[in-house]
Amino acid sequence: MQTPGPFEYERATSLEGAIAALGIHGPGARVIAGGHSLLPMMKLRLASPDYLVDINELHELAYIREDGSELVIGALTRHVELLESEKLATAYPLFRDAEQVIADPVVRNRGTIGGSLCQADAAEDLSAVCVAAKAQIVIRGGDAERTVPITDFHLGPWMTVVADGEIVTEIRLPIRRGAGSAHVKVERRAGDWAIAAASACVWMDGDTISDAGIGLSAVGPITIHLTRAEELLAGATLADDLFDQVAAIASEDCAPIADTRGPVDYKRHLAGVLTKRALRRAVDRAHGRET
Amino acid sequence: MQVSININGEQVTREVEPRTLLVHFIRDTPGLTGTHWGCDTSNCGACVVLMDGQPLKSCTALAAMCEGHEIRTVESLEKNGQLDPVQQGFHELHALQCGFCTPGMLMTARALLDSNPDPSDHEIRTAISGGICRCTGYKNIVAAVQWAAQHQNGHATQQEA
Repeated sequence: MQTPGPFEYERATSLEGAIAALGIHGPGARVIAGGHSLLPMMKLRLASPDYLVDINELHELAYIREDGSELVIGALTRHVELLESEKLATAYPLFRDAEQVIADPVVRNRGTIGGSLCQADAAEDLSAVCVAAKAQIVIRGGDAERTVPITDFHLGPWMTVVADGEIVTEIRLPIRRGAGSAHVKVERRAGDWAIAAASACVWMDGDTISDAGIGLSAVGPITIHLTRAEELLAGATLADDLFDQVAAIASEDCAPIADTRGPVDYKRHLAGVLTKRALRRAVDRAHGRET
Repeated sequence: MQVSININGEQVTREVEPRTLLVHFIRDTPGLTGTHWGCDTSNCGACVVLMDGQPLKSCTALAAMCEGHEIRTVESLEKNGQLDPVQQGFHELHALQCGFCTPGMLMTARALLDSNPDPSDHEIRTAISGGICRCTGYKNIVAAVQWAAQHQNGHATQQEA
């Protein structure tokens, strides 16, 4: 029988109350939202918080809305809501790509975007999606709010910049012209974690890529941000071998380990292939061609 | 801590540890052992119940998190001796052998038909993809859910069996 170790439980009734509780109980306190990553970790004693702050009743943290030149997603927005949002699918179709292959529909009823990012699991899909989309993460503490780029958010496996007494409240995505995006994933079976997955966003000006974002899942200790590839793509004009060069960078710049999902050389190869596929589909979508 | 949850329309109140999982809170209630406790890792779906009408893996929720919500278990399906169409469909089309996954499959199917009364085979397969059946190969389960969709009104009768 798998049961978490003992802890105290508090159901937050306000965001301020949740932040205060997290501050009072310090490093032993954790937020619980969907709980579909945290509770399995607690059963395995990979996490042993002594105080849980349940934020599931903070419905004000569940939303997807436009705010000026940004699309803003509340941290408590659940996978099923991300999957079904037409607003999100229009601006960033890679979210729907990813949500169709994250776990299964029952799990997607509970898991949240804030929880997924805070879990800081390199194999998790939404972190790569947010890296590609150049997301900004809004973190609130007792006295102040700060905004951190997703590329600075993860410090290592299962570690984020969120400090004691802080909580992630919002994910902000830029809305820019000429956008196209895609997420592609290879998994052993339906609902499994990725063997490898690639997220790509491009912002096109005709046949010129004005900007690009690429993130990879499951091929390193944390989500891989392909900065070298993004630099190559920014300002480049579409050409036959451009994506081959990017694929080569993806294979070189990832850092997979051999495990039951495959050996290192296979995963490096896969990272390259998936990056290329994600980029092609992102460009097609930016050009109004659905593939 | 005291936890009070509405299960199948009745308020169940008990003193439990905060770490008590919903699946155990349910199964420790007299008469409610129909919810199966399987993999304990949110993979197999045997423990699926409905929370406010949505399928939930009860091994991966704390009982305390469910206070104030309505939980429905497999015991709620049959009413006044009349099987729910999904139960009748499973019976008609032999959609179970050992029956271990069945409570989760039934509740997942019930929720699907509540929101989508006429699902395609693909929609059924997607909906039940969070459940693992080691006996049937899923074909009969999909057929049983289709049978239920076609017999939603007036529920199934023994004469049709």
